[in-house]
Amino acid sequence: MTITPRALTTGLATAVFALSAAASAETLRWANVGDSLTLDPHAQNHGQTHTIAHQIYNTLIYSNAAGAQTAGLATDWYILDDEPDVWEFTLREGVTFHEGQAFTADDVVFSFERALHANSDMRPLINTITEIWAEDDYTVRMRTDGPNPLLANNLTNLFIMSREWAEANDATVVQDFSAGEENYAVRNANGTGPFRLVSREADVRTEMERFDGFWGMDQYPMEVSRIVFTPIQSGSTRAAALLSGEIDFLQDPPVQDVNRLENSGDIVVRNAPQNRSIFFGMDQGRDELRTSDVEGENPFADRRVREAMNLAVDRNAIQRIVMRGQSAPAGMIAPSFVNGYEEELDRVTGTNTARARELMAEAGYADGFSVTMTCTNDRYIEDEGICQAVTGMLGQIGVNVRLNARPNSIHFAELQNGELDFYLLGWGVPTLDSHYVFDFLLETKTDDSGAWNFTGWSNEEFDALSRQLPTETDLERRNALIAEAWRIVQDEIVYLPIHHQVLNWAMRSNIEMDVHPEDQPMIKYLSFN
Amino acid sequence: MTTEQTTGDQPLRPSLWRRIVDSDLFYSFIRSPVVVVSAVLTLIIVLAAAFAPWIAPHTPFNPASLNLMNGFTPPFSVNEFTGDVFIFGTDSQGRDVFSAILYGARVSLLVGFSAVAFAMILGVGLGLLAGYKGGWVDSLIMRVADVQLSFPAILVALMIFGVMRGVIPPQQQDQLAIYVLILAIGLSDWVQYARTVRSSTMSEKNKEYVQAARLFSIPAPAILFKHILPNVTGPILVIATIGLALAIILESTLSFLGVGVPATQPSLGTLIRIGQDYLFSGEWWITIFPGMTLLILALSVNLVGDWLRDALNPKLR
Repeated sequence: MTITPRALTTGLATAVFALSAAASAETLRWANVGDSLTLDPHAQNHGQTHTIAHQIYNTLIYSNAAGAQTAGLATDWYILDDEPDVWEFTLREGVTFHEGQAFTADDVVFSFERALHANSDMRPLINTITEIWAEDDYTVRMRTDGPNPLLANNLTNLFIMSREWAEANDATVVQDFSAGEENYAVRNANGTGPFRLVSREADVRTEMERFDGFWGMDQYPMEVSRIVFTPIQSGSTRAAALLSGEIDFLQDPPVQDVNRLENSGDIVVRNAPQNRSIFFGMDQGRDELRTSDVEGENPFADRRVREAMNLAVDRNAIQRIVMRGQSAPAGMIAPSFVNGYEEELDRVTGTNTARARELMAEAGYADGFSVTMTCTNDRYIEDEGICQAVTGMLGQIGVNVRLNARPNSIHFAELQNGELDFYLLGWGVPTLDSHYVFDFLLETKTDDSGAWNFTGWSNEEFDALSRQLPTETDLERRNALIAEAWRIVQDEIVYLPIHHQVLNWAMRSNIEMDVHPEDQPMIKYLSFN
Repeated sequence: MTTEQTTGDQPLRPSLWRRIVDSDLFYSFIRSPVVVVSAVLTLIIVLAAAFAPWIAPHTPFNPASLNLMNGFTPPFSVNEFTGDVFIFGTDSQGRDVFSAILYGARVSLLVGFSAVAFAMILGVGLGLLAGYKGGWVDSLIMRVADVQLSFPAILVALMIFGVMRGVIPPQQQDQLAIYVLILAIGLSDWVQYARTVRSSTMSEKNKEYVQAARLFSIPAPAILFKHILPNVTGPILVIATIGLALAIILESTLSFLGVGVPATQPSLGTLIRIGQDYLFSGEWWITIFPGMTLLILALSVNLVGDWLRDALNPKLR
C-alpha cells in the first residue's frame, strides 16, 4: 500500500481536528511549591520563573524533554562560514503576539538588547554578544567577542518580547528585582507563546488560556485550553489536593508521598534524573562573617575548615532518610548530563568525623564556631529537611549552625544582595556545558562574570582557564581546559555539594507528558489519552 | 465540727492537711473519679514537662546529638541501621518523638501558664478599677471589652502577632516569639476576668466592710487589693483553670498555623504541624503522639476546671 502525501496531510488534518475538538475545554489545574518570582522574562534566571514564562513567551531555541535543541521562534541557526564570530538566525514567519503585534527581527534585537541591560539576570548568558542586528525582517545576526560555538546553548531561556508593547507600556528596561522595583511587565505579559495570561495574583493563582493564534497550533498537541497554576506551600496539602482531584498535575510531589500517589489508581508518577544539583555556598571572601561569633577572621576562608565540613556531611544518609532514595548523592556541582562531568569527581566518599575534628583543631577552631545557615523552604525538594540534617552533621564537628529557613522570594533577594554567609542553592545547567557553571558560580564576581558567585572565592588560574572556553573551538582542547578547571574547584572545596535531584511529576493517569530534565513542563506538549 | 470538740492536749486549730481533707471541696473531689483521673494526668504531664531535661532520654533540639540514620524509626521497634530503640519512634531527622513531646509540652505549658497569668493580672486589675470607680472609667473599659469580645480570640491573637512581627526586627523574632505569643494570647483573653471581677466588685463595694474601710480614709488601691480582691477570687480561679486549657489550645493552633514558636523550640502544636506532612506516607506516630498529649492535657485541665466551677458554686451544693 502506498500513502500519498496528500492522503497523509488530510489524515493528519483530520486527526488534529479531532484532537482539538475533543479537548476544546480542558482545564489543567497545576500546582507546585513556589511561584514564578516575576513575569518580567529577563529579570530572574530562576527555574519556576522560566517555567511559567515558557507557557506565555517563546525563545528562539528551547530544549525539549529529550534535552535536544528545538526550533522555537528561530527555524534555523548556524555560524557563518566566512565569519566564525557571527551567528545567523532565520526567524519564523507569520507569528503574532497575543495582543496582535506582528513578530519581526526587530523584536529579537530589542529583546536581546533588553536582556543585556545591567538589571538583567540573563546578561551573563549572552554577554559575549558584542553586536546584534537585523539583516532583514526575518533574519538576525549576532557578533560575539571571538568565536562562540556554544552560543545557541545559552539561548534556551531567553524570551522574546514585543518592542512595540514594551515601549507603549514603558517596560523597555528590565525590572531591578533585588531592589524590589516593578514595571508593567512584572504583572502583565504579551508573548508569542501557546498561552496568554488571563490573571495573576502573585503567590496565589495564575490563570492562562490557550492563544488560538499561536503559530504552533498544528505542531503541538495543544489540548489544554486553560491553565490554573496555584502554588501550595505545604507538601501534604499538595499531595492531598492531587488525591482529592483538586488539581490535575503536581510538579513536585513530596518524596514521602510518591509511593502513596503511585498506588492510588488514577494517578501516575513519572520520573527522570533532573538537571539540577543541590549544594551549600560559604562566603570565603569577607574578612569577617556577619553571623559568626568569630571576630577578626573568616573561618570559611580556611581551606581546612571547608574540608572538615565536607568530611562531616553524610550525603548517603541524606539520600536515604531525607530524600527517601529519590536523589543521587553528589561530589560535584554539575549533573551527569553536563559536558565536563566526571564520575570520579562526583563520587561520594564516606564521612570521617574524627579527621574533620582534627582539621578544625589544626585551623584553630578546636572549640568550633557559630554561623547562620540560610535556606529556602519552598524551592528545592526537601530543602528545609536537608538543611536541618546538615545542621546536625556540622554540629558534630563543633560548627554550631543556626538555621534560618524561609520562602525563596526572600532568600534569593538577600542572596543576590550578597548578604548571606552560608546558604543553600540549587543549580541546573540548561546549556549542558560546564562553562555555564563556571561563568555563573565560580568565576570572580565582576559585572560580567560570577553573577551567582556569592562565595567571594576568586582564583586567577581558574578564571584564566574558564575565560578561554567561550572562544576555544578545538573541542578536545576545550574539554581538557574544563577538566583542569574542575580539578581546581574540587581541590579548593569552593562549595559543599549534596546531591543531584531526581524529578517526580505526578499527574492524573489520563495525562501524557514527558518529564523535562530541567523541571520545565511545557503544557503545549501535554495530551490526554 | 468534730475536730473542735477535742481534749486539751490536741491543738485547737486543725492542721492544714486536716482542713483540706475535711473541706467540702475535697469531699466533692474524691467523690468524682473522672476529676481525680484528670487531675492526676494533668499533674503527670506538668511534672514530666517541668523535669523534661532529666526525664527525656534524648535532648531532641541539640542538632549535634542527632543521628540522621535514626530517622523514621517506628515506635517500640529497633532501628535497622543503628540498633537504637525509641518508645514513640523518631521523626524525619532522627529526633526521639517522646523527648520532643516532653520538651514541647514544656513550651506549651509555659506559654499557657504565662498567658493566663498575664490575662489574669490585666483583667483583674481593670475589672477592679471599673467596678470600683464606675462612671466613665467603667464605661471606657467595658466598651473596649465588649468590642474585643465580638472578635474570636484566635483572630485577636493573630492580629497582635502580625503587628508584633512587623515591629520586631527579623533577627530577634525567633528569640522573642514566645513572649509575643504570651502577650498575644494574654491580650485576647483578659476580658473574661475583667467582666467577672467588675460585677463582683460592684456588689462588694457597697458592703459594710468596704464602707468601714472608706470611713478610715484607707486609700483606694489598698481597699481594692486588701479588702475587695480576696472576696472575688473564687470565680477568678475557675476562669483561670478553664482559661489555661483554652490558652494551651490557642497556642497550639497558632503554632500549627506556623505563626507561633519557631521550629527550633517546638511546642506541641508545632510538633503536630511538622508531623502532619508524614500522615499520608504512613509515619503516623510523628503527629499522633503529640496530638494525643495535647488532647489529654487540654481535656484534663478542662474537666478539672469544670468540676471546680460546680464545686465552688453555692447554688449547686
